[in-house]
Amino acid sequence: MIESYIRVQREKKEILLMTHIVIGYPSLDASFKIVQEMVEAGVDLMELQIPFSEPMADGPVILKANQEALGGGITVRNCIDFAARVTETFDIPFLFMTYYNILFKYGVDSFAHTMAQIGVRGAIVPDLPPEEAEEYLAAMKRNNLSPIFIFAPNSSDARMRLIAGHGSGFIYCVARKGVTGQNTDFSADLDIGLARCRRATDLPLAVGFGVKDKADVDFLKGKADIAVIGSQTIRVVDEQGVGAIGDFIRGLS
Amino acid sequence: MNNRGYYAGFGGAFIPEVLNATFDELETIFEAAKADPAFWPEYEQIMSSYSCRPTPLTFAGNLTRHFGGARIYIKREDLNHTGAHKANNVMGQGLLVRRMGKTRVIAETGAGQHGVATATMAARFGFDCTIYMGEVDVERQRPNVFWMERLGATVVPVRDGSRTLKDAINEAFRDWVTNMDTTHYLLGTACGPHPFPEMVTYFQSIIGKEARSQIMAIEGRLPKRVYACVGGGSNALGLFSGFLDDPVELVGVEAGGKGLDSGQHASRLCSTDASIGVAQGYKTYFLQNDDGQMRETHSIAAGLDYIGVSPILSQFKDNGRARFEAATDKEVIDAVALTMRKEGLIPALESGHAFARAFREAPGLSSDDIIIINQSGRGDKDIFTVADAFEDPAWRTFIKRKAEHYHD
Repeated sequence: MIESYIRVQREKKEILLMTHIVIGYPSLDASFKIVQEMVEAGVDLMELQIPFSEPMADGPVILKANQEALGGGITVRNCIDFAARVTETFDIPFLFMTYYNILFKYGVDSFAHTMAQIGVRGAIVPDLPPEEAEEYLAAMKRNNLSPIFIFAPNSSDARMRLIAGHGSGFIYCVARKGVTGQNTDFSADLDIGLARCRRATDLPLAVGFGVKDKADVDFLKGKADIAVIGSQTIRVVDEQGVGAIGDFIRGLS
Repeated sequence: MNNRGYYAGFGGAFIPEVLNATFDELETIFEAAKADPAFWPEYEQIMSSYSCRPTPLTFAGNLTRHFGGARIYIKREDLNHTGAHKANNVMGQGLLVRRMGKTRVIAETGAGQHGVATATMAARFGFDCTIYMGEVDVERQRPNVFWMERLGATVVPVRDGSRTLKDAINEAFRDWVTNMDTTHYLLGTACGPHPFPEMVTYFQSIIGKEARSQIMAIEGRLPKRVYACVGGGSNALGLFSGFLDDPVELVGVEAGGKGLDSGQHASRLCSTDASIGVAQGYKTYFLQNDDGQMRETHSIAAGLDYIGVSPILSQFKDNGRARFEAATDKEVIDAVALTMRKEGLIPALESGHAFARAFREAPGLSSDDIIIINQSGRGDKDIFTVADAFEDPAWRTFIKRKAEHYHD
C-alpha cells in the first residue's frame, strides 16, 4: 500500500519527493530516461500523466507537453505499456495522473484492473470529484489501488473531511488557486492552510502547484510529507535536456 | 434529474476541487433567483428595454408559397441587441453576477457573438471583462474582436490545442480557477458543468415562451414542428422549452459540414462519429476518438463548430423527445440565399442550418401544418464570413482595393 510505504520512507527522510512526467513528452524513449534519472536521484514516488486533449487543470507547461505528446501519436495503449515497463524496472510506487475521460472511454473497471496488473499503485484524476466517483472508487477498491483526492485552499473543513473519507494513500494539497506551474507564495498563509489540511485527515499530505526549488521544498518540511515537483522538471528538460534532471532532483534535498 | 444536474445520465459536474465552492455559490444564487417572484419580471424588463423583447414571430408568406407545404413562421432572435439569442443568456447571468457581488466576467467565444454580447453587458453593468477566443477564430472574426475591444473588453487569443472554441473554454476555466473570488465565468451555451446547462436553458426559455404565446395568438393552434440549429444547444433549448409539454415535434439541426461521411462536420447527435464521454466538466456525446481524445470539427458556421453538446439535448436524443438532423455547408448557403431573396431576411449561417432542414421538410407537410424556425442570429453582421461563403467576386475585389488603402 502507498500509505505504509510513505510512512516507512518518512522514518528515513524529513520530506519525500514526488515528481511528474507526461508520458511521451518529448518522446517515449526520453520519458523512460527521465524516469530513470529521477529514480536514481532518489525520487520517492512518481506521477505518470497520460496525455489528454483538454487538460483543464494544467497550466501552460504541462498543457504544451500534453499536446506535443498527442501530436507525436501517443495513445493510451502506449502509456499503459510504458507504465508496465517502468514499474518492472524501478522499485518505487508509480501513479497515473490523467483526466476522467481517459478512464471513462477505456472503461473505468477495466482501467483499474489494468493498473493493478501492470503494478501502477494509484491514480490522480483532477476533474473527478468524489460526488462523481462512485464507479471509480468501487473499481479502485476492488483492485486494491489508491484513489488520490485533492484538497484546495478554499475547501471547507467539512468538505476536506468528506474528501479524506474517500481518499487513500495520501491527500494531494493544492498550494494555491490556479493551474499547475505558476508561482506560489510559500508563506505564512500556506502554513495556516496546511495546518487545516493536517487536522482534516490522518492520511499523509503531499503539496504541489508551484513547488520549484530547494527553498520551496525546505519550506514544506515538517508541514507536509511529500513535496510534488511537476512543471519545473519539464522546464528543466526543455531548457537543459534530459541529462540535467538528476542533478536538479539531487539539488532539491 | 437530481441535484447534481443529471439528465438521464448526461450532465453532472466534473470540476476540479478548487471550483467546488464557486459552483455551490452559483447554484445557490441561481436557485434563489428562480424562487424570487421579482427576478423573472426584472429579467423581462431588461430584455424589453435594453434588447428587443419580445422578438417578433414573422409569417414567411413567400417561403410558404414557394414550398407549397406547411405555413412557415420565423422566430426573430436576430432582432436582439448584438444580433443573436446570446443576449438573453448574457443579461440573465449578468443579473446573477450582480447578486453575487462579483466585479469581473470572463467568457469564451467562437464566432464572437457571445463575446460581443458579454462585452456589451459588462459595459452596461460596469464589470471588468476578459474574452478568450481561439487564435483561429480571432483571425476569421476580426470585426467582432474590434467591437469587443471597443466595448472595453480584453480579448485574449488562445494559442493552444486546435485554437478554437473548445480551447477558449479550457482557457476560461484556467482563468476562473485562479480568480473565482472576483470573477464569474459566463459560459455561453447550455453545456459545461451543472448548473450551466439548466441555467442557460432557463434564460433562453424566453424564446419558446414567447413563440408559443405568439403562435397561439396568431393561429390559435400549435405548430407541428419547430426547428433550431444546434451548436452547444442554447437557442434550440430556448425554443424547445416552450413546447416540451405539447404534441410538437422538436427538430435540432447540427452542422453537417462537408457531409457526415467526410469526417469534417460537427454532428454529435446525428452522426456515428460521436460517443459518450466526459470533458469540459460534463458528460455528453463528444466527437472524440477511441482513446477519448477530442477530434477536430468543421462547420461553415463557427458558432456550431464544437466537440460537445448540451447534456439536455443528449437526453432528448436518447429518449426520442427531439429529432436531430444535419445540414451541410452547401445546403446552408442555399437556404440562406433563398431566405434573403424570398423574405428579405438575413439569417446567420448558424441559423441557416435550421432553415435548410425546415425547407427540406416543409413541402411534405400539409398546408394546415405550421412550422416555426428559430432565426437565432442575423447574418449581415458577419459580412466577411458570409461573403466568403458566397464566394462573391465583387466583394473580393472590394476587400483587395480596401486593403491597398492601408499599405504604407
